[in-house]
Amino acid sequence: MTNASDSATIELRNVNKWYGDFHVLRDINMQVGRGEKVVICGPSGSGKSTLIRCINRLEEHQEGDIIVNGVELTQNVKNIDEVRRHVGMVFQNFNLFPHLTVLDNLVLAPNLVNAVPRKDAENLAMELLERVRIPEQANKFPGQLSGGQQQRVAIARSLMMKPEVMLFDEPTSALDPEMISEVLDVMGELADEGMTMICVTHEMGFAKQVADLVVFMADGEVIEAAPPTEFFTNAQNPRTQQFLKQILSH
Amino acid sequence: MTSHRLISNAQTGASAARPAPVATSGLVHWARQNLFDGIHNTIFTLLCCALLIATVPDLFRWAIWDAAWTSANGADACKATTGACWAIVQEKYRLMLFGTYPYEQHWRGALVVLILGVMSIVSGFRVFWTKWLLVAWCVAWVAIFVLQLGGVFGLVPTPTHLWGGLPLTLLIFFSTVIGGLPVAILLALGRQSNLPIIKALCIGFVEMVRGVPLVTVLFMAALIFPLFVPEAMTPDKFVRALIGMLMFFAAYAADIFRGGLQAIPRGQYEAAEALGLPYWQKTTRIILPQTLRIVLPALMNDIIRAFKNTTFIAIIGLFDILGATKSALEDPTWVSYGTEAYLFVIALYFVVCFSMSKYSASLERDLNKGNTR
Repeated sequence: MTNASDSATIELRNVNKWYGDFHVLRDINMQVGRGEKVVICGPSGSGKSTLIRCINRLEEHQEGDIIVNGVELTQNVKNIDEVRRHVGMVFQNFNLFPHLTVLDNLVLAPNLVNAVPRKDAENLAMELLERVRIPEQANKFPGQLSGGQQQRVAIARSLMMKPEVMLFDEPTSALDPEMISEVLDVMGELADEGMTMICVTHEMGFAKQVADLVVFMADGEVIEAAPPTEFFTNAQNPRTQQFLKQILSH
Repeated sequence: MTSHRLISNAQTGASAARPAPVATSGLVHWARQNLFDGIHNTIFTLLCCALLIATVPDLFRWAIWDAAWTSANGADACKATTGACWAIVQEKYRLMLFGTYPYEQHWRGALVVLILGVMSIVSGFRVFWTKWLLVAWCVAWVAIFVLQLGGVFGLVPTPTHLWGGLPLTLLIFFSTVIGGLPVAILLALGRQSNLPIIKALCIGFVEMVRGVPLVTVLFMAALIFPLFVPEAMTPDKFVRALIGMLMFFAAYAADIFRGGLQAIPRGQYEAAEALGLPYWQKTTRIILPQTLRIVLPALMNDIIRAFKNTTFIAIIGLFDILGATKSALEDPTWVSYGTEAYLFVIALYFVVCFSMSKYSASLERDLNKGNTR
């Protein structure tokens, strides 16, 4: 990666985190520039989800600095709110609000947080639902949608806040196989439009196609980070090679 | 005949005529299936029939056939019959319904009951769940207290110690629930707080109130509290009783809400936070609506109990409808017809509680519509 740290949208410097005595993130250093796409992979328990959850402060890091859009994440609630306004997140389990219709799921946050008038928010919501190809589901409840549809609603919901960065935490892991591609397609389009993305996923096809950088983590450490062409053909570390062998063999 | 070959097979030949299958519907079939299905069931059915034959005609005779519905001259008509004396209801209903409230002012109490009834029915329909309903309740509340207290608009002043009967029961009940629910929600939220002092206070309050019987809470409010506070600063007995009832209801409801809050998946909080919703918006828009849906059956149970708990205020000398009935029965002419008077009150309680229970069930069905997860 060539970008200097001063042009980075997200910068992590010597980030450390513990769960009790368990050292879950160890000296993480990473810069993500505007418009760049980073895919993080690694065995389960390697800390990859924890890492991206630190970036919008769903988890607290104990040492090091995390700077998003020039705002440093500390205890300061104002900073946290500021960062969250610019960072969207998509979860493994969608986490749509089950008591609200799809449309209300989308309208709620801009309406409340950014005081966007309801009418404008609805227009934007329909536009985004069009983009994720489910405008006809607008008045249904999340429970009536398939997993793939729910995840696309979740992506649209995040986009409602016009984020500069999107975090994806294993967005396809909870989906039936035939629904994975409809979500990956939407993510691919988002990438093509120049969104800055950090994506925890095991979809190596997506990584090859979209990523600028593939990061391999294990035991809370970044073991290897390289552009996809290099990462998939010429991995240096034996653990990376082992992981790739396992994940690509089927 | 079974064929073990795995090929299609069909039998040929004419079928003999068979009798029609046994009827699977109709009264006879139903009775056979449900009442006379085997020897035990038959014996049980016959026993039940015998019991009904032994009791129902007598009950019917007492309650309706031989009953004295009106009694022009004291309780004479009642004395003349072995049936029920419903005349007592006609004779004493004003005293039972309004207690010690001045007789010629009873219309005000009746109006209060009417307002509360209409508001409750209107509030039952989800189409009216807008901010205007809230405004309407505020207006209704002011009107109710003006009517009850008097002293303005030419109304005769009627301080709280004169209040009684159904208006008092309903006022205590509505105030308890309307005031108690927000307190309960705050207590439940406080219990989840990261601030140790708030958390400890909320847990302490809930556990303390739940640890004692309602009667003692009321005695505390009515008798012991005034001992420690100068008389000028002591609120009147109605307010003290109300606060006692409210605290008791809130403590129980708080624990119901706590259970509901714990049932909300972590992901809902995280999704709201990731969207940048601040605490109160996250709580009121995302968490509480889902919590309310979960706790509704248990909460309704507690609300119905709160209605029946209003009878406890009779212990500290407030005449709710039960207390008013009891004092109405002190009239020597009617003293022996308490059963009928109490049956009337029981019927009243039952109608209110049963309506609430039915409404809660329909609300549950309504809220679960379109939300299959």
